[in-house]
Amino acid sequence: MPKIRELIIEKSLLSSALITIAVTVGIILVLTIETFSFFKEVSIFDFFTDIEWTPLFTQKHYGILPLLTGTLLTTFIAISVALPIGLSISIYLSEYAPRSFRKTIKPLLELLAAVPSVVYGFFALVVVTPYLQQFIPNLSGFNSLSAGIVMGIMIIPFVSSLSEDALFAVPKALREASYGMGATRLQTAFKVVVPAASSGIIVSIILAISRAIGETMIVAIAAGQQPRLTLDPTVPVETITAYIVQVSLGDVQHGSLEYRTIFAAGITLFIFTFLLNTVSFRIRKKYREKYE
Amino acid sequence: MNSIQKNRLKDQLFKFWGIACTLAGLVLLVIFIGGILVDGLSRIDWAFITDLPSRKAEKSGIWTPLMGSVWVLILTALISFPISVAAGVYLEEYAKKNRLSALLEINISNLAGVPSIIYGLLGLEVFVRIMHLGASVLAGALTLSLLILPIIIVATREAIKAVPNSIREASYALGASKWQTIWNQVLPASSGGILTGVILALSRAIGETAPLIVVGALAYVPFAPKGPLDQFSVLPIQIFNWISRPQQGFIDNAAAAIIILLFITFIMNGIAVYFRNKWQKKLQ
Repeated sequence: MPKIRELIIEKSLLSSALITIAVTVGIILVLTIETFSFFKEVSIFDFFTDIEWTPLFTQKHYGILPLLTGTLLTTFIAISVALPIGLSISIYLSEYAPRSFRKTIKPLLELLAAVPSVVYGFFALVVVTPYLQQFIPNLSGFNSLSAGIVMGIMIIPFVSSLSEDALFAVPKALREASYGMGATRLQTAFKVVVPAASSGIIVSIILAISRAIGETMIVAIAAGQQPRLTLDPTVPVETITAYIVQVSLGDVQHGSLEYRTIFAAGITLFIFTFLLNTVSFRIRKKYREKYE
Repeated sequence: MNSIQKNRLKDQLFKFWGIACTLAGLVLLVIFIGGILVDGLSRIDWAFITDLPSRKAEKSGIWTPLMGSVWVLILTALISFPISVAAGVYLEEYAKKNRLSALLEINISNLAGVPSIIYGLLGLEVFVRIMHLGASVLAGALTLSLLILPIIIVATREAIKAVPNSIREASYALGASKWQTIWNQVLPASSGGILTGVILALSRAIGETAPLIVVGALAYVPFAPKGPLDQFSVLPIQIFNWISRPQQGFIDNAAAAIIILLFITFIMNGIAVYFRNKWQKKLQ
């Protein structure tokens, strides 16, 4: 009898674990089914080549490119902020900082990622944009520049924490060999430790990019809701995520073409982040084997 | 200056640059929170918390979104906790090294990286439409539960991994079955770590805005929800709504509501850190 009980418990635990697979399957099914109906009415060629995205206007265009450039533009700005700062932090903490400082500062830095993104959106719109307007007079009230900068601040801990773990895992002997040859800490850091930890650092950057692409509230609040094909950071744009929010706030009929546009936009977003996450997972697996 | 001195100078310069970078993010955060406190603190009083929403900024309160957040938080905890701890226990204690567990592992890692708004689309289609839950508290809580599932699973696995094997062996030696060992020894020993993960995941859930907007949570709800099938709003959505209005009065309201949201988030993070430290000491 007890054997059967143990078996039932094991199977029910297994079924809980299988729910995670069901979630993935559910996401893929929902996105593809709705996108499939979307492409029955809109040609897939237009979707990738039309340079306008105006599903909510009378003159309807369904080109994803403006949303895609909006997303990539804000992501690019965010990474340009987070990468140099995050990497410098990780190198400083692992190669220079005293242990006690490192121990206190790490949880504080993680706090940056714990702040809800709607709060960062407020920051970008109410504080950063007016501040930047003093220097850039033609900066629009909604723009990808402040949204990107603030998003960069938010993802600093993603870059710094993971990179620091990777740097810290580099064997001490490598550093000592470098010091023994008379190298300074800076030379050791950039010529020995960073190259040795490169795969871990790349993983942290990929995850940060993936996070920035999927970030919603900052861009929905501060970057605007005007899909346009531009690389100008001073004008309003719209990202994929902001478009989904815009449609969700309105009164859109279930099953209408407008309703399906958010799934078509969603699957584009999902494919991007899925590819990035898979690549980072692969690199991480390989890198783990290298050190163990 | 010879090249050795030059290299030493560069080394020193990088040290200061590193300190500056480390402090930059924190200083910005402090400036920003300081600004919000200036804007919003004077707006917070008892009436701000207990008032219903209103068209007039100075009469608006956060009672309905606050209660919405509480409802969503409790339901999310009740739904996600048992499932994700069970999944974590399975992966650490039962799963053999085979294709299925490799698939589960890569899948969970991928789910953790799926943007939150995608979970909103899943919830909209499955919970709101197919299961006919409508834009209810339950639909929102189910959506957020799926969102934080990977976070709690990973935390549970880490916590269980930290339990020394000697405890398991001692239990088996006394004749306990596998499940008795897990239930009576492993889970109590890892509870601190699991609790930390759950609280951190819930503090993430309380700040989530996008998936709930997609599921259909409203910016304006006249009454606080009374049951799991009622319509709802949550604090971050109320903040988003107030930010989108042009009048200064609503911006102040947004700042005040942000103070309350941050207060809740930081308290939860603080409790999590406290539990983690206490638990880590106990393990050692």
